[in-house]
Amino acid sequence: MTVSVETTEKSAAPAGEQGGAAQALRPHAEDAFAAELAALAAQDDRPRPARWRLSPWAVATYLLGGELPDGTVITPKYVGPRRIVEVAVTTLATDRALLLLGVPGTAKTWVSEHLAAAVSGDSTLLVQGTAGTPEEAIRYGWNYARLLAHGPSRDALVPSPVMRAMSEGMTARVEELTRIPADVQDTLITILSEKTLPIPELGQEVQAVRGFNLIATANDRDRGVNDLSSALRRRFNTVVLPLPESAEAEVDIVSRRVDQIGRSLDLPAAPEGTDEIRRIVTVFRELRSGVTEDGRTKLKSPSGTLSTAEAISVVTSGLALSAHFGDGVLRPSDVAAGILGAVVRDPAADRVIWQEYLEAVVRERDGWKDFYRACREVSV
Amino acid sequence: MSAGRGRGPLLLGVRHHGPGSARAVRAALDASGPGAVLVEGPPEADALVALAADESMVPPVALLAHVVDEPGRSAFWPLAEFSPEWVAIRWALERDVPVRFIDLPAAHSLALREQDAPEADTGDGNVGNVGDGGDVGGDGGDGARELALRVDPLAVLAGTAGYDDPERWWEDVVEHRGASGDAFAPFEALGEAMGALREEYGDGGHGRDLVREAYMRLQVRAAQREFGDGVAVVCGAWHVPALRAKTAVAADRALLKGLPKVKVDMTWVPWTHRRLARASGYGAGIDSPGWYGHLFGAPDRPVERWMTKVAGLFRGEDRIVSSAHVIEAVRLAETLAAMRGRPLAGLTETTDAIRAVMCEGSDVPLSLVHDRLVVGDVLGEVPDTAPAVPLQRDLTRLQRSLRLKPEALERELELDLRKETDAARSRLLHRLRLLGIGWGEPARSARGTTGTFRETWRLHWEPELSVRVAEAGVWGTTVLAAATARAEADATGAQTLADVTALAERCLLAELPDALPVVMQVLADRAALDADVGHLAQALPALVRSLRYGDVRGTDTRALGEVAAGLAERVFVGLPPACTGLDADAAAEMRGHVDAVHAAVGLLAGDGPAGHRGRWHSVLGVLAGRDSVAGVIRGRCARLLLDDGQLAEGEAARLMGLALSPGTGPAEAAAWIEGFVGGGSGGGLLLVHDERLLALVDGWLTGVPADAFTDVLPLLRRTFSVYEPGVRRTLGELVRRGPSAAGSAAALGAAPAGFAPGLDQGRADAVLPVLRLLLGTDDGGPAGGRDDNDLVGVA
Repeated sequence: MTVSVETTEKSAAPAGEQGGAAQALRPHAEDAFAAELAALAAQDDRPRPARWRLSPWAVATYLLGGELPDGTVITPKYVGPRRIVEVAVTTLATDRALLLLGVPGTAKTWVSEHLAAAVSGDSTLLVQGTAGTPEEAIRYGWNYARLLAHGPSRDALVPSPVMRAMSEGMTARVEELTRIPADVQDTLITILSEKTLPIPELGQEVQAVRGFNLIATANDRDRGVNDLSSALRRRFNTVVLPLPESAEAEVDIVSRRVDQIGRSLDLPAAPEGTDEIRRIVTVFRELRSGVTEDGRTKLKSPSGTLSTAEAISVVTSGLALSAHFGDGVLRPSDVAAGILGAVVRDPAADRVIWQEYLEAVVRERDGWKDFYRACREVSV
Repeated sequence: MSAGRGRGPLLLGVRHHGPGSARAVRAALDASGPGAVLVEGPPEADALVALAADESMVPPVALLAHVVDEPGRSAFWPLAEFSPEWVAIRWALERDVPVRFIDLPAAHSLALREQDAPEADTGDGNVGNVGDGGDVGGDGGDGARELALRVDPLAVLAGTAGYDDPERWWEDVVEHRGASGDAFAPFEALGEAMGALREEYGDGGHGRDLVREAYMRLQVRAAQREFGDGVAVVCGAWHVPALRAKTAVAADRALLKGLPKVKVDMTWVPWTHRRLARASGYGAGIDSPGWYGHLFGAPDRPVERWMTKVAGLFRGEDRIVSSAHVIEAVRLAETLAAMRGRPLAGLTETTDAIRAVMCEGSDVPLSLVHDRLVVGDVLGEVPDTAPAVPLQRDLTRLQRSLRLKPEALERELELDLRKETDAARSRLLHRLRLLGIGWGEPARSARGTTGTFRETWRLHWEPELSVRVAEAGVWGTTVLAAATARAEADATGAQTLADVTALAERCLLAELPDALPVVMQVLADRAALDADVGHLAQALPALVRSLRYGDVRGTDTRALGEVAAGLAERVFVGLPPACTGLDADAAAEMRGHVDAVHAAVGLLAGDGPAGHRGRWHSVLGVLAGRDSVAGVIRGRCARLLLDDGQLAEGEAARLMGLALSPGTGPAEAAAWIEGFVGGGSGGGLLLVHDERLLALVDGWLTGVPADAFTDVLPLLRRTFSVYEPGVRRTLGELVRRGPSAAGSAAALGAAPAGFAPGLDQGRADAVLPVLRLLLGTDDGGPAGGRDDNDLVGVA
């Protein structure tokens, strides 16, 4: 499938029919693609790093797709530059931690889940990063009943997913690393550089077994939340997942996702909507990249992210507007306010950028007259 | 003699600019110790080859051949430190072994190129990388279209080996391979592979190659007669099978019969890595001369050394890169190479590793690596004893045809651009100035004429200017081509927006239409990204001026007009926010910008869409009415609107009343007055003729508190002291008479002797048609209504 889109609810795995935990709403990657993984493992004769289920080459094939000698077709899990997947897999093979960066909607989580599934056969050793993630979630906690009854011992200790991955030589995952408070983030430093997790209460430590590694994902636009300390950053190899390469791919993602959300909100599907979606995607892409699609005019980029996810929300709210207050057809006036809100984050600087864009690009463009007018109306 | 080798010349097939090939050539030469070295290249350069041993010769350099009378027809053979040819030449010169160039003489190849110019037989692309070297032009470029029709031997071999990228295959098999035991084995293997290819594809679509190879065979035979069998031939791998083939001498001679010929001059010119990186020239353009230079120069562990170099570069740019980073980057690069199945980490792997480990995934610092290391800033040098560059000849020719002698004595030159010779002279001088050859400097005319068709130059030829000409030879072989290339390079490297606009102006003066698109593109890009409205406002007038020059000289300035219109648009959008929260100095500067833009917009309106002037007026209106804008700017905007007839009856008075009302601080109000009537813009007359405004100023002034008065006094003095004495006196008299007196200025006091006390309406009206004709306002409509303001507009 193509690049998946993260919003609050993660998009469903594209091929849920491949057995595994059939009852689950969304099976884990290693279950959903168990057949492919097994076929790869069976035919993989290349050297595997310690405790890897597949060779690095086979992991890359699993993600990028391909056909095996015996004719088994591996579906592509990630559509994007080959280079990115190769660097990511190689990083894990050199026992360096991997940091996947990207704006929302670039399939960071999707890639990290499949990497873990292919490398260790288990994508569930997961720490979800939030502003409230405590140190225990990364190191270990205590079973207080046991602690009180029997005193401190390994039995009273509740290991974190990271600790389990260390002792079993598996791949741990940390989602949204930059949302975790800085002091909690830094507990990773020892784990990543010394490959050990001391337990001072017991005078013991857990040493990482060969095969242990860590994949973290982070949003590179809101770095300001809890920027990584340089000490921690140094311990990661960083791979930036790019936005969809072509406008066509992005339009596809947006309309598919809008369709899904729209159905759950009982919004009418707008048959003529794609033109408007294309326009929104064009505006977002142009402002994001700082150059018009024809590559002839440079533009200033506003401070907002203008991610694919935001384009989706602009379209969805526009659809809701047109359904409830308009004639049910997505029109420029329905999306103008949404676009303005997404673009103008800094009222002073961004407003000038937006107006420049309107005057220099939108006004001159064929067939964009009504869009220009709608934007002028809300911009004043 | 060639130990352990069969009879016949030692054929060393190489890729031009291949570091691995260069190493292998050196090893093979060391092992065989030939009595003579033959190199693929124009034989006219035989006389110049000794210069390669000169101490002051530093690669990259290029052999340049050009037709004697037409420096524009030329071809280059660039040689870098890591070029196999260069290595062979230096090897031979160091050992006093004779060196001969054996390719088809440039006299023929340049003539042939002229013959089939329509087919654009220039750059040879990938083929050139292996086999070609000779007939490739310096002004190539459109040869790329031809390439698809030809066989690319590398692509065929790489495809056979299962590679999709021929360059990478070549690197893996040849350039990245370490030193092996047998110095000749690689050449034999490659020769065989090429032989198989040639059997399959013949000349592969390179008809000219057969002629060249015939000539090479003859030359090799001649060398064998002279030096015995022990000669080594360094040529493109593609040619090896052809040179090995046994053919009849007579057949070769027949092929060479009747070739066209031109008179050709050769010289060495300095070259740069950046030009090596371009696909033009030799045809063997390489993307990464810096990387190749590194591969050639590094004694061992090339990846480790490369990463250390990159780390050094980053540290120099204040980016923290530790040794741990270097270690991890090397590990990642090598593992990547292993995963991709390559014998050694190549440029792709090292770049990926640098991005992931040292650049935090970002491409921004990576571009620095590409620019400084992968391509590199290496500039070659050529000894002074090398023959003169064609640019010098072109200049001499132009000087002769324009009757403009280089004289050491300084003299002035008046040019009337309406005359053809004078216009050509002006272009030449402007182009030379662009090239940094300051022969003529523009001077102020002694006659004091300001017409745009007249130019005055001060000419002064100094001996060191010849050196400048030689240096400028890097840019091209004719003054026009060199100036164009230089202008394009300057535009790309320009620091500020104003630099680019100035450059655009100079391009128009020097008439470099080919450089304009690049300059315009850079200009548009810079304008789009420049957040400082001041810069944009500064750039606009120069651009509009350029438009007018272009009109005078009949240049096509449509692109320029578009850019100017776009620039104006950005100024309109950006100006209002930029005018708020300014201190006195910044406000005064911004007022200057407003004036400049106003003048520029006035000139633009003629050819731009009619909307420009209207939108500018609405911007002025916004500025004039916004309280947060500095007083001097508000005043100025109100005045500009008034002058353009954009303020309704009484609106000026209303604005002034607002600005001078008691709620406004005295200093702010004084600044407003300065903006409205100050600065020698005829404001005095305005006050003389509109008593309402004068009354407002007068009323405000008397109301200023005593303690504030001393503060505003300097500003007021500055405003009113620049008025002409007559205006000042009239104003004074008006004020003394007091605000209560009604009537217009015409009714003031007694009429001067010889004038009637009142206005003779009939006679005054009679003047109006002529006046309208002069002012170009055909529709007398608005003019009739407010004659007071119109008068001011004229002033």
